[in-house]
Amino acid sequence: MPIPYEKYEAVIGLEVHAQLLTKSKLFSGDSAAFGADANTNISPIVLAYPGALPMLNKRAVEYAVKMGLACGCSIEHTNYFARKNYFYPDLPKGYQISQHTTPVCKNGFVKIRTANGERDILLNRIHLEEDAGKSLHEVDDRNTSLDYNRAGVPLIEIVSEPDMHTAEEAFAFVTELRKLVRYLGICDGNMEEGSMRCDANVSIRIKGEKELGTKVEVKNLNSIRNVKKAIEFEISRMIELVESGGKVIQQTRSFDASNDTTFSMRTKEEANDYRYFTDPDLPPFIITEELLHAIRAAMPPLPEELVRKYRDLLHLPEYDARVICDDAATIRYFELLIQTTTHAKAAANWLLGPVKSFLNDKGESMDEFTLDASSLATLIELVESGKVNFSIASSRIFPVMVEKGTADALEVATELNLLQNSDAGDIAQWVDEVLLGMPEKVAEYKKGKKGLIGLFMGEVKKLSKGKADPKIATQLLTEKLEQR
Amino acid sequence: MSGSTTCVEAAHYYLSAIRAKLRLNAFVDIYEEELLERAAALDKKRSSGAPIGKLHGVITGIKDVICYKGHKVTAASRILHKFTATYNATAVQKLLDEEALIIGSLNCDEFAMGSSNENSFYGNVLNALDEGRVPGGSSGGSAVAVQAGLCMVSLGSDTGGSVRQPADFCGIVGLKPTYGRISRYGLIAYASSFDQIGIFANNVPDVAAVLQVISGNDDFDSTASAISPDEYTFDTPSTGTYKIAYFKEALEHPSLDQEIAGTIKSFINNLPTQHFKVRAISFDLLDYIVPAYYVLTTAEASSNLSRFDGVRYGYRTNDDMADLTEFYKDTRSAGFGKEVKRRIMLGNFVLSSGYFDAYFTQAQKVRKQLSDKTALIFNDFDAILLPTVPSTAFKIGEKKDDPIAMYLADIYTVFANLTGIPAISIPLFRHSNGMPFGLQIMTYRFSELSLLSLSHQLMNVSRQDLHQSTNP
Repeated sequence: MPIPYEKYEAVIGLEVHAQLLTKSKLFSGDSAAFGADANTNISPIVLAYPGALPMLNKRAVEYAVKMGLACGCSIEHTNYFARKNYFYPDLPKGYQISQHTTPVCKNGFVKIRTANGERDILLNRIHLEEDAGKSLHEVDDRNTSLDYNRAGVPLIEIVSEPDMHTAEEAFAFVTELRKLVRYLGICDGNMEEGSMRCDANVSIRIKGEKELGTKVEVKNLNSIRNVKKAIEFEISRMIELVESGGKVIQQTRSFDASNDTTFSMRTKEEANDYRYFTDPDLPPFIITEELLHAIRAAMPPLPEELVRKYRDLLHLPEYDARVICDDAATIRYFELLIQTTTHAKAAANWLLGPVKSFLNDKGESMDEFTLDASSLATLIELVESGKVNFSIASSRIFPVMVEKGTADALEVATELNLLQNSDAGDIAQWVDEVLLGMPEKVAEYKKGKKGLIGLFMGEVKKLSKGKADPKIATQLLTEKLEQR
Repeated sequence: MSGSTTCVEAAHYYLSAIRAKLRLNAFVDIYEEELLERAAALDKKRSSGAPIGKLHGVITGIKDVICYKGHKVTAASRILHKFTATYNATAVQKLLDEEALIIGSLNCDEFAMGSSNENSFYGNVLNALDEGRVPGGSSGGSAVAVQAGLCMVSLGSDTGGSVRQPADFCGIVGLKPTYGRISRYGLIAYASSFDQIGIFANNVPDVAAVLQVISGNDDFDSTASAISPDEYTFDTPSTGTYKIAYFKEALEHPSLDQEIAGTIKSFINNLPTQHFKVRAISFDLLDYIVPAYYVLTTAEASSNLSRFDGVRYGYRTNDDMADLTEFYKDTRSAGFGKEVKRRIMLGNFVLSSGYFDAYFTQAQKVRKQLSDKTALIFNDFDAILLPTVPSTAFKIGEKKDDPIAMYLADIYTVFANLTGIPAISIPLFRHSNGMPFGLQIMTYRFSELSLLSLSHQLMNVSRQDLHQSTNP
């Protein structure tokens, strides 16, 4: 008997940890940079030596607030840190300092788009906490090695409501979050290196039911693809389990990327009592109205706002607007372009066409693009004024300009002798030469095969080395063909 | 603290005093060689005419819970008994900057938990006035070092009376400043929201001199106050009138020794009324403060002491253990003493889900009420007087097996830690059993200036009486 998957609805909530790109750690002056030699970014504070105390990194608070504002959260005025107590070798103090009970950002949402359209996924909270160190089991076959560089690195934990229903929605949610943290410059969003990590809470229920089913937490989702795969697997597993008469038990499972399945790590009975209480070493931190204003004022417009602006004010197609707003560097570049050229659509075409394929060929990202925006703007202007055609501009002038980094398109085109010729006499000569050389095609055209105009045009282009102004050439071709 | 002797001579004097009184067991570690080197350097500097530090040559002992870089700091515990500090506590750095001479680390109750100095990995400290009696705790070594003339001043720590109570038992001055007055950076934590470094000396001006140097803001302790240290002078006696309160319930409490109660009452009644307006007020929360104190401090301690797990530093039972939980259990069972384990267990209990609201939350409410009530009292009064301890120093071993009795004896001292106010014990009295006892004075937060000048005056007032009663 086939399993009636469609009878069920999945309910998914995500917890995403994002390491903040602050210079120093959340409670000490040690570098928070990734990739240093083991145990070099440490101090008595990080190692929890006797008598050491935490001092809050204000930049981390600002980053958390930025993220909260970008997600439409309400920002708490008076904030506390709590201690989450448990023993583990990578946790030096024997407790993690977290905002478990009093998050700095509450509620809010993240807009996602899937095949089913646009939807706001509700957030429960965004809170600050410190990362733990790393236990390395592979360095030594007898012992576990410990690297405390990561201990104390600031994290925000973004917790959604159980508001998603498909793996696609979860995929879109994490994709959006990653875009946002990168755009705000608060996290590099690198899931493979672990600077962004995701846990998924998944449950199922019969469609139409209100109550939530028993949830399973899935950990170790180190790519957005794996978030999707794990949730897909988990939903099917639970439905098959229930359909075969089984019962879902509350547990923590881990994703195995080698075969896209999950396996049980521990069940609820083994859960810790974390004995949370307010950390007495840290007085409450206050987010004043002034600070809130300052953070808000320093924030760039959000991608969603820019999509609306490009679409509604610059009349770009929605698709173009979204692709531009996909990453911060492209947004920055486009914003510079439209400061110097009014041809917004052409600017978008250039970015999404020649610039993008150039970068793709080189395997580079927009950050690494060397041609400055004002130079590219001169090329756009040159094409739009009809002085060179787009294909010459993109294939001949553009590469030279990229090489130079800064250049004036008119100068480059003049130097390369690529400026378009609008002299009707010159163009008439090229047209005559082409038509004379292809009598059979001309005859076919005469018989009604009007489509051949393209062929003639191509030949004129070739002959003129692309310099013939296409408008005048088309006009002359048509005239002369009619005359023959 | 006069200029008539050299630092080297002073160092030798105190080193030989320590050697003569080793049986008191006040010191954990003596920095003889380093002391003599630093003393010589200070002498050289002074004779070159260079300006001298505020504590130039002051021979100072520090409790074995305060970090001094390159020196052992063990909290009198097996779990740290070979641990060497890798940085200076802020208070120590300030002492060194002002040219104090640190002579050694002082014995105490393990992790500052205790009232008799019987909970030390290094054994009991003896009260120099009666070696069969305890010196008090937890800063017993710090008190005895000053009492027996083994150093000029010493630092202790006071979480619930650990400076004032041994000062009372030993007949010296012991100050617990306002919470936040002195940075806690480098002080091994017992209960973070209660702990405060305190000062022992023979007189109030010496306490004030040290306080002025070691207090103030700190970039490494966010609970340290930005309020700048006071300038203390004792040259001109205050001519104003102090409005002073005492708690009726406190002096009538059944646990209070009758002779202590009588002596303090008569002292209060005999204060010259032109300078001291004393009034008895009612304080109905007295019986809640010890339970609230033990719930909150053990909770914080259970978490603060989690870092002592044998992983990164300190004692571990076995390097080769396959099971992590067993490793923790073994290390911490053997590394901590009985009283410390008792408090860790108690703290974990009051924080655990299911009991948190009944204990921790309730105790926090008591603390809040106490603070509110205290603020109201100080609207009307400049200072509160209380006994420091309900009894004089007891016999070694007398209360060792009765932790509850030991805890209840903190009734008068924990109040200042719960509310964060400064409190001092000054050695005004002697009991018919031959032991000294003190008077405790408290003022409002950051009012150490008024606390110290009042204390200084009261010591002067009583000097006459003391001479009459103790020096026949």
